Order: sequence, then C-alpha cells, then structure tokens
Amino acid sequence: MRLKSVLAASVAALAFAPLAHAEPQAEVLHWWTSGGEAKSVAVLQQEFAARGGKWTDMPVAGGGGDAAMTALRARVLSGNAPTAVQLKGPAIQEWFEEGVLADISAVADAQGWAAVLPASIAGHMKCGDIWCAAPVNVHRVDWIWANKALLDKHGIAMPTTWDEFNAAADKLKAAGVTPLAHGGQAWQDATVFETVVLGLGGADFYRKALVDLDKDALTSDTMVKAFDQMRTLRGYVDANFSGREWNLATAMVMNGEAAFQIMGDWAKGEFVAAGKVPGTDFLCASTPGDGYLYNVDSFAMFKVDGADKIEGQNLLAELIVGQNFQKVFNMNKGSIPARTDVALDDFDACAKLSAADMGASSAGGSLLPSYAHGMALRGAQAGAITDTVTAHFNSDMSSADAVKMLAEAVANSM
Amino acid sequence: MQWLERHVPKLVLAPSFVAVLIFVYAFIGWTAWISFTRSRLMPNYEIVGTIQYERLAASPRWETAMTNLAIFGILFILVSMVLGLLLAIFLDQKIRTEGVLRTIYLYPMALSLIVTGTAWKWILNPGLGLESMVRGWGFETFAFDWLINPDKAIYTVVIAGVWQASGFVMALFLAGLRSVDAEIIKAAQVDGIPTHRIYSAIIIPSMAPIFLSAFIVLAHLAIKSFDLVVALTGGGPGYATDLPATYMYAMAFSRGDIGQAASSAMVMMGVVFAIVVPYLYSELRAKHD
Repeated sequence: MRLKSVLAASVAALAFAPLAHAEPQAEVLHWWTSGGEAKSVAVLQQEFAARGGKWTDMPVAGGGGDAAMTALRARVLSGNAPTAVQLKGPAIQEWFEEGVLADISAVADAQGWAAVLPASIAGHMKCGDIWCAAPVNVHRVDWIWANKALLDKHGIAMPTTWDEFNAAADKLKAAGVTPLAHGGQAWQDATVFETVVLGLGGADFYRKALVDLDKDALTSDTMVKAFDQMRTLRGYVDANFSGREWNLATAMVMNGEAAFQIMGDWAKGEFVAAGKVPGTDFLCASTPGDGYLYNVDSFAMFKVDGADKIEGQNLLAELIVGQNFQKVFNMNKGSIPARTDVALDDFDACAKLSAADMGASSAGGSLLPSYAHGMALRGAQAGAITDTVTAHFNSDMSSADAVKMLAEAVANSM
Repeated sequence: MQWLERHVPKLVLAPSFVAVLIFVYAFIGWTAWISFTRSRLMPNYEIVGTIQYERLAASPRWETAMTNLAIFGILFILVSMVLGLLLAIFLDQKIRTEGVLRTIYLYPMALSLIVTGTAWKWILNPGLGLESMVRGWGFETFAFDWLINPDKAIYTVVIAGVWQASGFVMALFLAGLRSVDAEIIKAAQVDGIPTHRIYSAIIIPSMAPIFLSAFIVLAHLAIKSFDLVVALTGGGPGYATDLPATYMYAMAFSRGDIGQAASSAMVMMGVVFAIVVPYLYSELRAKHD
C-alpha cells in the first residue's frame, strides 16, 4: 500500500510537475539554530522550495539537541511525527526499533547512495536492510589544532605520536605557554579520551573497546595507558579550564595563549570566522596515531501519512544527499561532504586532508565512529563511559581504579 | 437555590481537584510504573522488577549526587536559617532605614536561580573573579579556587544558594519576631533581663512554627535544586556537583534512559516524603487535639 502510494506520487509528480497537484510537504525538526548552521539549513530550504516543495521549519534550540529530542518524543507519542528529524548514530536504529521510521530505499537506490557513501557511514543510515536516514556531512573528531606562530617560535613540529606530543608540551610548559587549550566539560573530556584511545591502541583496539564494549579490552593494559595519558594531559591544561566552552578554548589557541587544542573540525569554523588562514595562522593535523573518527549528522525519516508528505520526504532525502547541498552546506559548516564524489576544489586544506584521510581509512578499515559524539554507542553506554572519563580527569583517581570503574559502569548501563 | 449554595464550593474546586489528581498523582503513579520497566528511549510498560533501582544503587554518579544532596541540603538549610535569624534580629532593633535594608536583603529572592548561578560563576572563577581581583591587589598567594576543585565545588553551590535564600528566611523570621507579644518583652525588660536572654529564652522559642515553615520551604528548595547547579557548575568539574535532579535530567533527556530517570525521581520523592510527612502528621494531629 505504501509502496504503491510512493509510486503513484512519483508518477504523478513526473507527469504533472508543472501543475503541482499536491505540493510536496516536509516538516523538519532540527537544532541548527546558530548563525552558520542556520545559514546552512536555509540552503536546503531554498532548494526544497525551488523544487516546488513546502517546508515547515521546526527548529528547537537548546541543550545540544536534548530539547529537540524531548519535542520529538512528544510528537511521536501523539502519533504525529515530523517528516525528517536531525538524528545521528545508533539513535537512528533505536527509533527504528520503536517502529516509527520510514523506508526511503527507493530514493537511495535511485540515487545510488551505496556507491557514493563510505561503507561504514552508509551503515549508520540503514535500519536492517532498508535505508531510513540521509547523511548530511562528516565531521572529523580526531583533529589537533595548533597556533603556528607559537610552534615556530619554540621550534616544535606537529606531533605524530603521543610521546612527541608530551615532549612538545613539556617544552612549551617550561617556556610558560599553556600547552593544551581544553574546556572542562564532560563531552570535551570524552573527545580527548577517544583520540587518546585511538592513538595508543590503534583502530582494532578502539573498535573492541569503545564500539563493541569488549570487557577484556576495557580492562586491558592499553586502557590503563590511555588513562595514564589523560592524567599527563591534565597537567598540560591551565588552571581555569573547568566548565569552559570549546570555542573559548579555540580562542586561546587563536590568541596565542595556548598551543594546541584537540577538538572536532567545528573548531575550524571558529578560526575561519576570525579571519585566520589554515597553514599560515593555524595548523590542522590528525591527532597522534592512525585512524579516523567521524561524527556524521543525518536526517532520519519518520513515517508520515499522505502522498504529499511522502513525496516531500523523498524529495528531501534526494536533496540532502545531492551534490549541490552537500557542497554548499559543508563549506558553511566546516565539515566535509558525506558523499565521496563531490569536487573539493573550493574547500580549504584541512577539509581536503580530512577527505583524503577518510578515503584512505575507509579502505584500510580504520574509519571509526566517534563514541564521544554519539556515533558508536547508545546514550546510556556512552554516558557511562563519559562519566568515568570525566571523573578520572577531574580528580586524582588512579588509572587502575579508572579502568575498574569503567568496566563496572559499562556493565551497569546495559 | 439552597442546593446551589451547598454545592458551589465543590463545583468551583472540582476542576483544580481533577487537574491535581491527574497531573500530580496519576503521573506519580505513571513514573512509579516506568521505574519498574526497562524503558529506554520511549516508555515501555512491561514490568521487569527492580533492575532500575539496582542500577541506581550501583552507579557511582548517583552516589555522588546523593552525597552532594546531603552536604548541600544540610549546609544550605542550616546556614540560611542562622544567617536569616541573625539578620532578622539585627533589623528588629528599631533602626531608621529598616525598610531600605529589608528590601536590599530580600532582593536576591527576586532573581532567578539561573541569574544567581551565572553571577556567582563569574565571581568565583579564579581567573576572572575574586581570586584574580585579590591577586591584583598584590596578594599573589591568595587562592580561592573552590569552583574548579572537585572536592570543594559543592560548597560554592551552598554559597550561592545561601546568598539567594537567606533574605527570604530573614523576612519570615522578621514577621515572626514582630508577632511575639510586646507585653511579654516589656515585662521581661522591666525585670532587668538582658537582651540576649530575652531572645534566647522568650522570643526564639515562641517562634517554633516559623522555624518549621522555614525548614520545610528550604528543604524542598534544596531537594529539587537544579537550575542553580546547571548555571553555576554545570554539574562539574566532572560530575562532582551533580544533584539527584541533574542526574534525573541527564538520564531522561540526554541519555535516553527513561527507566533510570524514573527510578531516581522516585527516590527523590521518597526523600521529600521523609521530610514532609512527619510535618503534615504533626500539623494534622495538632488540629485534632
């Protein structure tokens, strides 16, 4: 029945497009409300309108999406879900298990998504065998940003191992420079932690520990070493880091108060907005070690009734993964397109590096989901790990105790 | 007509009675039900036993939250009452500018806790506020970094909470002081009893009901305290200043763990009941006598 109506709608759309018998409708729930993000969403709105669609915007700001999720829960419980919702990672599959997501395989197959999306990212967009979400961008999380002038002044090269990083940081600290700009919020602690785990343990260890939650990996010596490195890093942040927002930490690197920051590529947006040029004013490199941690924003498609809404949903899915939107949106947001066939000529050097590394790590099996940004684990498990990481980082807990607490917290969150 | 007269009060009260029944008691029942399920992202009504309470008991973060509630609750109530009482006694000395002073002390109560929390966050931030100011005066070794010290951060929440609430407690006590029979005080003064004895032996004991009211108001403020922590410390450093309410919020709205949130809400309600029920009981018994 539903497939039929989809077919009917698409046939009707093709045949009577100029007549617009029922314009495609889409109600979109998202939390991209800040300046650059809002501009990025507006691009999608314009494209949607240009194709004859009627867009109902439903932005819910606040709490990093918490408020939007509360709104979504209420809408789904009342049986009136929005057409598309900004969702990511395992949350998509969690909503699918509630039986409320739509099947957009027809669009995905027609547009050949499987061929243009990296396999591990495509995996997040699928619920069982069907496509149920459309990816918007790829943020790389394991970036290290540096103030070039400071590094040049102290004769330091971008570190490629954690030992090199520690040596560089000791040198900077001795010279009276804060080595690491960091904001003491739980998710920022978690962001640093996952890059350390990846760097010290490698891709396979990361997958075992933070994706599969393998108990042996969680309690292994490698994990103890990761916590040791976190303790070392704690010594490299300034005294006032507690509760600091990430963009203020970025500003410290910009102003030369601190040398490095470990943060996803949304930090690049801050540098660029302040008129800094990658390569001259600031440097970007992957954090020490191999691999690539991604944070992919996507829109999950919810079940809706009515041909006009289903038509709108399909149109929306097509546009989101379309070449034009992927390019324009990601140039605004600092991320890179999820599809690999978009020309990157207009992107900056950091984005090109990110795209090249994504291709290479996808081929080498080290393209991994970020746990700190809700890509690898469900909320309860990811939260349990973050609780331990932040408790360790903000106290004098020993690494052995932290590892024990980590395993217990993960078991307790199941 | 007579029927109407008899039944109008009931009819007028009925809507709010029904609303309270549904939106308070029915939802308490719903939360209790959910706390015995494995609900994650969405409510799930299949009862599986006390697993959520066992998880709660095993969670070090919940333990921190309950310890913090005890520290915060006891200090907040105690310090607010002592400060409030002292301020009220000082203001009660028939001073000239009492109206102005009373307003100044009561004013913090007019602020939202978010504003209080944000202001104190800046005051207590070692790099921006008090510490850097005093160091700027030349006291280079002065340190006041409680806000970023995981062992001390909960006390900054107490400071901000007391600043907010003690003026209100002062107003309560001031009203109590004024309600004490002036004849008794005058009689005591005639007998040559010193002022501090008049307060400790006559006035304060006769204000017992005010103490109880102040305690109940402060206790429920402490237990449901949420916005102050969110604005002041964000629960940090780490989760060192988590309170049960912020724990519940994190589980329900950030982590998609509704069952866990429901069980923590039930425990919070248990704590409130433990304080309020004896109070209600004593009140009701007093009426019957």
